[in-house]
Amino acid sequence: MSGFRLADGGRIDRRTKRTFTFDGKARWGYAGDSLASALLAQGQMLFGRSFKYHRPRGILGAGVEEPNALVTVDRGPGRVTPNLRAPSVPIYDGLHATSQNRFPTLKTDLIAVNNVFSAFFPAGFYNKTFMWPRAAWEKVYEPIIRRLAGLGDSPTTRDPDHYDATYAHCETLVVGAGPAGIAAALEAAASGGRVFLIDEQEEIGGGALSDPAQWAWLAEASAKLAALDNVTVLARTTAIGHYHQNFVVAAERLTDHLAVDEAEGPREKLWRIRAGEVVLAMGAIERPLVFEGNDVPGVMLASAAKTFALRYGVAVGRKLIVMAVHDSGWRDALALHKAGVNIAAIVDIRRDVAADLIEGARDARIACYQGYAVTSASGGQAVNGVTIALAGVGKGQKLDCDGVLMAGGWTPTVHLWSHAKGTLRWDEAWGAFLPDKTHENLRCVGACGGDWDFGKGLSIGLLPAPKPLHESKAFVDFQNDVKARDIGLAVQEGFRSIEHIKRYTTNGMATDQGKTSNLNGLQIASGVLHRPVTEIGLTTFRPPYTPQSFGAILGHHKEALFQPLRKTVIDDWAADHGAVYENVAQWRRARYFPQGSEDMDAAVARECRAVRSAVGVFDASTLGKIEVVGPDAAEFLNRMYTNPWKSLEPGRCRYGLLLGEHGFIIDDGVSARLAPDRFHLTTTTGGAARVLNMMEDYLQTEWSDLDVWLTSTTEQWAVIAVQGPKARRVIAPLVEGIDLSPEAFPHMAVREGQICGVETRLFRVSFTGELGFEVNVPAQHGRLVWEAIWAEGQKHGAVAYGTETMHVLRAEKGFIIVGQDTDGTVTPDDAGLGWAVGKKKPDFVGKRSLARPDIVAPGRKQLVGLLTDDPQAVLEEGAQIVADPNQPVPMTMIGHVTSSYHSATLGRSIAMALVAGGRDRMGDTLHIPMPNGTISAKVVAPMFYDAEGSRLNG
Amino acid sequence: MLLIHCPYCDEARPEVEFAYGGEAHIARPVDPSTYSDEQWEEFLYIRSNPRGRHHERWRHTHGCGRFFNAVRDTVSDVFETTYKAGEARK
Repeated sequence: MSGFRLADGGRIDRRTKRTFTFDGKARWGYAGDSLASALLAQGQMLFGRSFKYHRPRGILGAGVEEPNALVTVDRGPGRVTPNLRAPSVPIYDGLHATSQNRFPTLKTDLIAVNNVFSAFFPAGFYNKTFMWPRAAWEKVYEPIIRRLAGLGDSPTTRDPDHYDATYAHCETLVVGAGPAGIAAALEAAASGGRVFLIDEQEEIGGGALSDPAQWAWLAEASAKLAALDNVTVLARTTAIGHYHQNFVVAAERLTDHLAVDEAEGPREKLWRIRAGEVVLAMGAIERPLVFEGNDVPGVMLASAAKTFALRYGVAVGRKLIVMAVHDSGWRDALALHKAGVNIAAIVDIRRDVAADLIEGARDARIACYQGYAVTSASGGQAVNGVTIALAGVGKGQKLDCDGVLMAGGWTPTVHLWSHAKGTLRWDEAWGAFLPDKTHENLRCVGACGGDWDFGKGLSIGLLPAPKPLHESKAFVDFQNDVKARDIGLAVQEGFRSIEHIKRYTTNGMATDQGKTSNLNGLQIASGVLHRPVTEIGLTTFRPPYTPQSFGAILGHHKEALFQPLRKTVIDDWAADHGAVYENVAQWRRARYFPQGSEDMDAAVARECRAVRSAVGVFDASTLGKIEVVGPDAAEFLNRMYTNPWKSLEPGRCRYGLLLGEHGFIIDDGVSARLAPDRFHLTTTTGGAARVLNMMEDYLQTEWSDLDVWLTSTTEQWAVIAVQGPKARRVIAPLVEGIDLSPEAFPHMAVREGQICGVETRLFRVSFTGELGFEVNVPAQHGRLVWEAIWAEGQKHGAVAYGTETMHVLRAEKGFIIVGQDTDGTVTPDDAGLGWAVGKKKPDFVGKRSLARPDIVAPGRKQLVGLLTDDPQAVLEEGAQIVADPNQPVPMTMIGHVTSSYHSATLGRSIAMALVAGGRDRMGDTLHIPMPNGTISAKVVAPMFYDAEGSRLNG
Repeated sequence: MLLIHCPYCDEARPEVEFAYGGEAHIARPVDPSTYSDEQWEEFLYIRSNPRGRHHERWRHTHGCGRFFNAVRDTVSDVFETTYKAGEARK
């Protein structure tokens, strides 16, 4: 118990008390307190246990850089947020916060035994130790390690909150509302442009919030900004990333600072801001110093102690010692003294310190130890003293204290600058990387740009200590428990690049992304390697700047709005008739229509039998459709597709096969020539956009001389497939102006006329092997025509069938589905579709590739049929095929099953497969090893029903 | 998100309206059958993949639908220029 509330001072509202709990115990603070300041004021020093060794940890910083004091805040079911930084959590009535990574309690953590054995947990420990047996990793080692070493628990229930999202545009975006940011915003606003000023803290002001001398100015500037119409000020808003061309993404926290019952509306709002100019005024973060025991609770940044005292009115201890290598440590000590905080001593490794600072310290009766370094801090759950020594090598002397303030110099916050691919240069005076060049309209102002008034200092990664590096327990990365000696070990083991050292030691890889550790780690590596910092390089900062909820990133794009769901005009009818759906690309399609208690197999068997024996109706509206129009339409299609198109008579249809230039099948579909200059193309359901894009590509960039227009008509037409021996009888009473007789309207023909009084493009085509029609009508009439056909169909025993039955029926006929029976490496010949390639055509897309050596080589995988020896065994699609089931593992796999179903029509299973040299294996028995035994199957032609095609002509 | 200037619409529009189309100025031969296997392989698969200036195709898919060419720096992602299909290499 050493922190306490000062008698006065701070920006807190001492008339308004707030009550909350920490680890279940009732606590209180004032309005304006952060969780950290309220707890410090009540003497709390222990805030968490460290990641790996479970060492007791206290507060290090007063802002988002805090690595130790991570808490979980519980706002009710589904509203549990882990890993929040206590200094950045505002308190409100009813706040429930708990510490993390301790077992069973913060004070008595049994796993702290890790600390005793810490010599056995060096860098790369997990990689080196838990290597064998391999199987134990997943089941034994990893769960235990995860239990022992970790951060907060992920939420287990659904997030009930919703999140807003918006776009904004402005001439100037200023990130960071400290004095430099506010000045930049006011200056930009004067020119009349739209200005956004955003800041991550509860109120704007940045560093000025910790400097009462600036409060009058701050109030005046805030009022000025609020009065300007062209300025938008957003507090509680974190710029999480800078993306191309000054596109900055920022998350505004709308309700997390409010009591749960006062919170209304969205929890967060994601701003996507495009700015003409971005001004980064993100300040700088103070660096800790690396000495033994620098992680004992009570050892913190000097700047943090100043913020707690001057902004929150909290002294972090009763007797503090400052360890400075930088003038700012002296200034903070004097400011703290002035605020009534007892500074017992200032230790500075430098002998040469500005006279006014020394004088100030002397006036304040602060003991000064120049040329000295703190070699260690002592204490368990709270610091109780330090050992200091002349330049770290002389005989040490002990000083009592209950707090140590580190002033290790400053690291400019260049995260967003780095996101923007801005380059950095090492600056000796700063001892840090400063912004150098950028191609964006982006600049850094204030401390993050190297413009500062903190005084001078040393750049030092590791304080000189009497102990050798490998014996030291000095921490570099507090959140990931990385010590200076781990970095030494990494170098000793051969790691040279900072990128490798970072990954091996995990320095800077925790949720704070190394805000307080990167520079120290770099300087230690530089020292061990005896190479200058500039040669070691710096790891790259990436978004997000601070951990960000997925909710805000997702915004409204969840559940039904996650992605568009395309429905046909017949979709509602299918729902009314009990359809079970499946998603195909973005389309929702009826998969089958179960009756009563039927399962899918029973429903599909019934649907298949009905189509083969009577008639079935199928919603094929999702087929991709492209209208190809123009004097050169036939010439264009002739060049695109493998088949000849110029000879196709108007009124006739053709199966078209589309290849890429690589010679592999990428799409197929039946298309009709309606007139010499007009084609109605169809594509696969998932391929429509891709095919249109490809055709536009050739038309615009290769054959721009062709006079052709392409129009996507997929959603213009509803398509109703009527298939089965009674198909003609079903549509005949409804059709006008088309002679449906087989002589006048043969297979693979198209006619235009009317159905139910609506214009139709009536195709006589079949994807089932039965007599069939596909009725195309304008989409707005689709439901009406469907219902009329359905009503007529009832007189003939019609069923509605879905995609699953469609698949079985086409497989019985050996018709391929592109993307299922092909995989982007299948040529027309591989698929048995050599007949669809125009042999006499001089050129078409992909033709040259069909003569490539690998394409004409023997042994390619070819599409074949498979009949299992056990007719009831249905192979698994994707299952691998071997020739010899008795060969040793790993077996030589010669192909895989592409389509496999039970065929009700044939009373047995059927399958198609791609098999190496498949057509030369006709009649052979192949084997499909499965977990429950090997299934044998005979190779047959991929045609299981009505091979002569007589049923088409019913 | 990139802003891309469509030379047909003559406007800078957000990247989501566009689709990338691979390296530019790789013309399909007038008669591919005259190409040797090596030449055809080059046409199909071999790309320059430079560090720096890259000539590439984009399509204003959710805009005018036109294909056009661009010069983009592959390191900085900065677009130097965009120009219409058929215009000479810049």
